[in-house]
Amino acid sequence: MGKSLYQKVWDAHTVGKLADGRTQLFIGTHLIHEVTSPQAFGMLRDLGLTVKYPARTFATVDHIVPTENQDQPVDPLAAEMMAALQSNCDDFGVTYFDLKSGKQGIVHVVGPEQGITQPGTTIACGDSHTATHGAFGAIAFGIGTTQVRDVLATQTMAMEPLKVRRIEVTGKLRPGVYAKDVTLHIIRILGAKGGIGFAYEYAGDVFDAMSMEERMTVCNMAIEGGARCGYVNPDAKTVAYLQGRPYVDMSDFDATAARWLSFASDADAVYDDIVKIDAADIEPTVTWGISPDHGIAISETIPDPAKAQTPGEKASVEEALAYMKLPAGAPIKGQKIDVAFIGSCTNGRLSDFREVAKFIQGHKVAAGVKAIAVPGSQIVAHQCEQEGIDKIFSAAGFEWRAAGCSMCLAMNPDKLVGDQLCASSSNRNFKGRQGSPTGRTVLMSPVMVAAAAIQGSIADARELFELEPEAAVA
Amino acid sequence: MALEKVTQVTGRGVFVPGADIDTDRIIPARFMKCVTFDGLGEFAFYDVRFDPNTGEKTNHPLNDSRFDGATILLAGVNFGCGSSREHAPQSLSKYGFKAVIAQSFAEIFFGNSTTLAMPCVTLQAAEIEALRQAVEADPAVQITIDLVGKRVKSSAGHDFALSIPESARDALVAGRWDPIQELLDREEKIAETAKALNYV
Ligand code: SF4
Repeated sequence: MGKSLYQKVWDAHTVGKLADGRTQLFIGTHLIHEVTSPQAFGMLRDLGLTVKYPARTFATVDHIVPTENQDQPVDPLAAEMMAALQSNCDDFGVTYFDLKSGKQGIVHVVGPEQGITQPGTTIACGDSHTATHGAFGAIAFGIGTTQVRDVLATQTMAMEPLKVRRIEVTGKLRPGVYAKDVTLHIIRILGAKGGIGFAYEYAGDVFDAMSMEERMTVCNMAIEGGARCGYVNPDAKTVAYLQGRPYVDMSDFDATAARWLSFASDADAVYDDIVKIDAADIEPTVTWGISPDHGIAISETIPDPAKAQTPGEKASVEEALAYMKLPAGAPIKGQKIDVAFIGSCTNGRLSDFREVAKFIQGHKVAAGVKAIAVPGSQIVAHQCEQEGIDKIFSAAGFEWRAAGCSMCLAMNPDKLVGDQLCASSSNRNFKGRQGSPTGRTVLMSPVMVAAAAIQGSIADARELFELEPEAAVA
Repeated sequence: MALEKVTQVTGRGVFVPGADIDTDRIIPARFMKCVTFDGLGEFAFYDVRFDPNTGEKTNHPLNDSRFDGATILLAGVNFGCGSSREHAPQSLSKYGFKAVIAQSFAEIFFGNSTTLAMPCVTLQAAEIEALRQAVEADPAVQITIDLVGKRVKSSAGHDFALSIPESARDALVAGRWDPIQELLDREEKIAETAKALNYV
């Protein structure tokens, strides 16, 4: 009987069983950032412990970094957090990609970029979007701060095994349908809690055809579907992406690549569940509510509580619409926006900015819309600037910013004001997520955000940018 | 490291309405600018406890003085979803909660809470509804979560079977909810595992 990648990685990293029945799992790579690590270092000091494998922890600063003048946080608390990360890394000998390194960025962008993220490894980070690294065939978990302490002190943590659900998306995506739409569609179908207790294995033609960056977009939002981690099996693209990156050992690369590929799920692997989705059913998808599973195709109408099937559903639609101030039953297309945000660990990579740049030339952001483009890392920013992409964004009326999480969760100065509505390429549309307790978020792909920015309202990018519709199949 | 054995929690309850209460709701990100968890209690549920426009207290149950001193939080489905921030259970614990009863929990929140010795147990929707009605009718009702007998009982006469993953229950009851010592004890096995992995 074959094994899934998840089982192979789990088995290889199992140290043993704990008294409570949980598994002690070795964590090959630990990523840290300024928000969830200082308390962990504090606990370590209180217990008189040290960092066991300092070479296996990597730090960067992302959540609170200002995107206008990166190194000048006006907020003294933010400055204190940045200083704490620096001194903790110094004290314990942890590699830190700081603002001066030219490599700083969102932790989930930096790991792959540096080649730290590798197939067949376990990765943990005190951030729920750690699942992103699963795009490389790693088993990557978001963890709490006490677990950050455990990993620092022992390079292991206590964990319950997960079940594995294989999600097969077969066929070909239609023009104007992106990885973001695929992930929003999956969450819409399986629900925001459908993945609790599972690791998601994303498989099928659509993922095979995706670039590594697109795979990251999909895995990034596994947690939004309730799954603790998500992954794509490593293949030739994975190997090609990693070859030559700074943290990849190139001494015997063929052997390394063969080892990586050996972790891919066996053809006869057994799964706890299999879900099949037809790529042709996926349309550009946007959210209308306050949970990532509140998604609809751009051509659909906003749900009407009067049509709800159950009292629970009615209450939840009512709550969401009361918060979103959107009209029940009306088309989502055409709803006015105030802010457009392109960035985050979901969609702040080079390919995202390249794709948008293809369409926005000659267009202008609508009057009254504040549009910001925030590269996911200093390297992404630099590459965009080399290619002139920053100029294309600026010419279209976007503010071109420096790397960080920015308006994804607004722990820095980039925040919504009042009940502004934001077309956002980020991953969470929770109440208050973007910095204003009444701010409203509509999640969508970066190209759809650009279309909304230009139109001044939620738009179908396929119409605005005249994306070739595929010949209708009889 | 001898840890307290958490075999039961008794206290008054308060019901917080809503499904999918995410950790951004429990502790808004702007209050995470801190290098310690101290002081997070006062910001628990901040954005729903205070009107964002006026800053006035809302009619949120945590603002209702009848529920002052409640130590058991009652909630709906998928409680604690979203961000992995331990700031969320920390803020609830610092606020004074000793346990949470919900229909279901998001996993990271559940694990984080267990490691803080704050049990998260599940009951059926109708059972939580019964407890909600009881505490709203009489906030003095005492709820007991018995992790040994696996029951939730109340002074109003309720007696329900609770669910909790066995590993978490065992960790709480046996006083090993913080696994750090056990993790540290296996130094040799850790080194062996690391060695067998080609990349470490
Ligand atoms: S971009 Fe958003 S989701 Fe990603 S790490 Fe930063 S805050 Fe978290």
